[in-house]
Amino acid sequence: MSGTAFRSPPVHHVGALGWLRANLFSSIANSILTVLILALLAWTIPPLLNWAIFSAVWHGTTRAACSDAAGACWPYIWQRMGQIVYGFYDFDQRWRPDIVYALGAVGLAWLVIPRAPRKGWAGIALLTLYPLVSYVLLSGGWFGLPVVSTERWGGLLLTLVVAAVGIVVSLPLGILLALGRRSELPVVRTLCIVFIEVWRGVPMITVLFIASSMLPLFLPDGLEFDKLVRALIAVALFNAAYMAEVVRAGLQALSRGQREGAAALGLGYWRATGLIVLPQALRIVLPGIVNNMISMFKDTSLVSIIGFFDLLGVIQAGSTDLEWSNPNTAVTGYLFAAAIYWAFCFSMSRYSAKLENDLAAGDRR
Amino acid sequence: MRSVLVGLLALLALASAAEANTLDTVRKNGFVRCGVSEGQPGFSNPDAHGNWTGIDVDYCRAVAVAIFNDPNKVRFMPVSFAERFTALQAGQFDILSHNTTWTMDRDVAQGLEFIGTIFYDGQGFMVRKSLNIKSALQLNGATLCTQTGTTSELNAADFFRSHKLQYKILVYQKEAEYIAAYDAGRCDAATTDRSGLAGDRLKLKNPADHILLPDTISKEPLGPAIRQGDQQWGDLCRWTLFALVNAEELGVSSRTVDAMLNSPSPEIRRLLGKEGAFGAELGLSNDWAYRIVKRLGNYGEIYERGVGAGTPLKLPRGLNALWNKGGIMYAPPIR
Amino acid sequence: MAPARHAWWRDTKWQAVLYQALVLLALAALLAWLGHNAATALARRHVASGFAFLDKTAGFGISQTLIPYSEEASYGRAMLVGLVNTLAVSAVSIVLATLIGFLVGIGRLSGNWLVAKLCTVYVETLRNIPLLLQVVFWYFGVLQALPGPRDSLKLGAWFVLNNRGVYVPELVFAAGSWIVVAALGLGLAAAFGLYRWAQATQLRTGHRPAIWWALPLLILGLPAVATVAAHVPFALSWPALAGFSYDGGLQINPEFAGLCLALSLYTAAYIAEIVRAGLLSVARGQGEAAAALGLKRSLALRLVLVPQAMRVIIPPLASEYLSLTKNSSLAIAIGYSDLVAVFAGTVLTQTGQAIEILMLTMAIYLALSLVTSLAMNLYNRAHAKEGFA
Repeated sequence: MSGTAFRSPPVHHVGALGWLRANLFSSIANSILTVLILALLAWTIPPLLNWAIFSAVWHGTTRAACSDAAGACWPYIWQRMGQIVYGFYDFDQRWRPDIVYALGAVGLAWLVIPRAPRKGWAGIALLTLYPLVSYVLLSGGWFGLPVVSTERWGGLLLTLVVAAVGIVVSLPLGILLALGRRSELPVVRTLCIVFIEVWRGVPMITVLFIASSMLPLFLPDGLEFDKLVRALIAVALFNAAYMAEVVRAGLQALSRGQREGAAALGLGYWRATGLIVLPQALRIVLPGIVNNMISMFKDTSLVSIIGFFDLLGVIQAGSTDLEWSNPNTAVTGYLFAAAIYWAFCFSMSRYSAKLENDLAAGDRR
Repeated sequence: MRSVLVGLLALLALASAAEANTLDTVRKNGFVRCGVSEGQPGFSNPDAHGNWTGIDVDYCRAVAVAIFNDPNKVRFMPVSFAERFTALQAGQFDILSHNTTWTMDRDVAQGLEFIGTIFYDGQGFMVRKSLNIKSALQLNGATLCTQTGTTSELNAADFFRSHKLQYKILVYQKEAEYIAAYDAGRCDAATTDRSGLAGDRLKLKNPADHILLPDTISKEPLGPAIRQGDQQWGDLCRWTLFALVNAEELGVSSRTVDAMLNSPSPEIRRLLGKEGAFGAELGLSNDWAYRIVKRLGNYGEIYERGVGAGTPLKLPRGLNALWNKGGIMYAPPIR
Repeated sequence: MAPARHAWWRDTKWQAVLYQALVLLALAALLAWLGHNAATALARRHVASGFAFLDKTAGFGISQTLIPYSEEASYGRAMLVGLVNTLAVSAVSIVLATLIGFLVGIGRLSGNWLVAKLCTVYVETLRNIPLLLQVVFWYFGVLQALPGPRDSLKLGAWFVLNNRGVYVPELVFAAGSWIVVAALGLGLAAAFGLYRWAQATQLRTGHRPAIWWALPLLILGLPAVATVAAHVPFALSWPALAGFSYDGGLQINPEFAGLCLALSLYTAAYIAEIVRAGLLSVARGQGEAAAALGLKRSLALRLVLVPQAMRVIIPPLASEYLSLTKNSSLAIAIGYSDLVAVFAGTVLTQTGQAIEILMLTMAIYLALSLVTSLAMNLYNRAHAKEGFA
């Protein structure tokens, strides 16, 4: 071992050049593909950025500001921001949705931050206290708060209300349905199967049409439900069926030994389910449950078809606003709505991936 | 499972138990619930602050004044063309004041009761000026845009069939969509009631580039509607409308009504409640018509405020003028 | 020792019967109550009941009809038109979504960093935006921005693009064209037979005969001969500007195109994830063994990995297809006349018979869903015996 100096590897095998060679230009086909893709990106991204940022109009209060622009019309969004976030909620009562938003954000942050203490309490509070408080604050009529009828709820507020109610109600309902589907009582099992298969086999639009056109016919003379309540019932039942399938997968994945062990310990059906089976089953399918929640959040946009002005509805209604009519305003609005939805759903899916990672930590070698 | 469902329904119910008697409900609520369009300039349109204006809106306000003497005791509930009838039948509101055409099918088979015509209209077509079209008969092969849930689809089908012309029709659920499609050039002509077209034209990018063709292809008597089976409420609503028309016929306007209180004319005295107990017959105070005209004006004033010469719509009275002024607005006498 | 006797009402068997009886009773009561309410409500509103309305004249036109329809046709016919439209847009979207989905799914596992990242961006973007927003965006945001008929983008008369649709020349089949179609079928069958023969020969002798020159001869040559023999029984219908818009040729209207585009791209993102999960589920050893045998990546994918992955891919793929068919009901948002838009939209508002119409619509979608479930169950049963548990 004398005198042999170490030679460094060839320049085109390490560092940036090496990475490029291995990942982008590893073969002729790959190189051609890389060049084509780079050309495609160069052809689409700069005009897009140009339209959205550089040629866009950022300031202004009237349509005149945007009428000559070749880019996005952002003042249109700023002007309508109130409607986008609150819908048609009474202007001077907007502090009420603000409180609801703030409480929701705090609760979610508590649940999501890994080292926050007492997550169980936060979960329970979020599922029971928070809906009550939000209901009282948003609709009013209690504690001297003026009533704000549900027709005035709109925009992001309505989207979050529908999504939250859908998620909160469909989870326990779905669990019950899944348990019922695996029950040994034939009547219960058949009913649950029929319920689940019917709701899963029809599009959500027909379910919403049922809520708006058909449900009033089935209520007795004199009893009328608020249109929003009817839509919420339909959404909750529809999502409960999908949730039931996800939970059922978790129940199936659990070995029979768990139930047998619980029976050996003398625990009855419900106590065994609540203490032994469900905690494990839900943990197994937690990522699936969060995926379901993402779908639910996206499906809330369908209420705009039956006449609600949720986030998408507000943007669509605004696209023909007398004051802002312009080819760019419609597209600006849609892109903005898409960005908001994407932000919510992507965060949820990242959280789900993280959950999957954490829960699988015990299985990794 | 089912019990959970029923319990859920009960828990979530924001229900308000309504009796079959609408007037009692309205009195209990303290306001009139009025089903209006989602934005029809001249008839029911909210401005940027959410204040509603238009002929249909003023009519509902008139009913509110008749009952409560306050034109603001109304809650306006926008509803789409497709859902207006089911919402009315479901009891979501007390009056549907929504440019609804009075047809036999709706009156007889769909459980509605029309209480009169507030605007005599007809269906027309709107095209771009650049197409140089002078009549609807030149629309052979055209693509039409309209909204779903209206008589427009059926009338257009009848017109094109009877004249043996080819056409394609696109129906959209929402007004915003149908206007956007027409404006983008997806279709050659937009078709609905002429008053609706006049309002839609204002929502286009360049209203001056579009014209309404002179043809009227159907009868569209637009009027408010209520649920079938409520006689007292129907009478109240009907005679509110007739009071407005009678007031214009008798020359009673919001400016002159106070002076007219001392008028010797028996017709005016009966209208304003100085003679007879007509208000009491409706369950209202005898000066119900006086209060309506004082707060809102007569039919002519409402028309002018909504779609008259001072508005962007500028619709001439035409058929909607009084019967003795060249139109067909005619109200039975109050006696 | 005899087991301890307990009261019959503590016996779980009787308890089960009791619970079930109670549930059935509650259900019957609920249904009776709902039915009674509905009957009185309908009677009060003087709305007709029953399915007789399906024979009444429709009176309205439909913009896209793949089967013959006129305004004098019945509501039942209108329903069929809507159903055919739904199936048409679903079928085309399924094919496109599968193609794009497989490409993107395989691309996500590509060795090329750019391709992998691009596919990831595609999937993560489209999966997190509501489908309704995508449909509305493609139709109102993009397709409406195309020029009008007078200013169409065109390549001569071969391809015309404007905001009324895409127009290409259409092949019109005249009398006697069945010979050509039969010849094409014969050619395809012969080509397939030749291919299998070549495979069998390779398995038997290790030497694969070169048949690449014979395949085009069979597939194209036979029909060409038939065409000449039948004196060219075809005509081309060219799109031409007639009055307001183009006429003639094969036309794809923007409603169909917008819905198809949105559905395909959205479902392709989900299919890409399914494909990726399927490929990842194949044991690593398979890919390594294929590489050890000297197979390049594309051959390894085609011959080794994808066939094994298909077992894991197909069940979720079938439910994605079903999901796509149900999502096609969003056509109502852009004026495409599918089943929901025509039947549960126009017909419902004209007749007011909400219950019958919505029940019928639900039944149709349920039937599609059950057929798909059945097909999937059959597939599972056929393939569950082989392979791993």
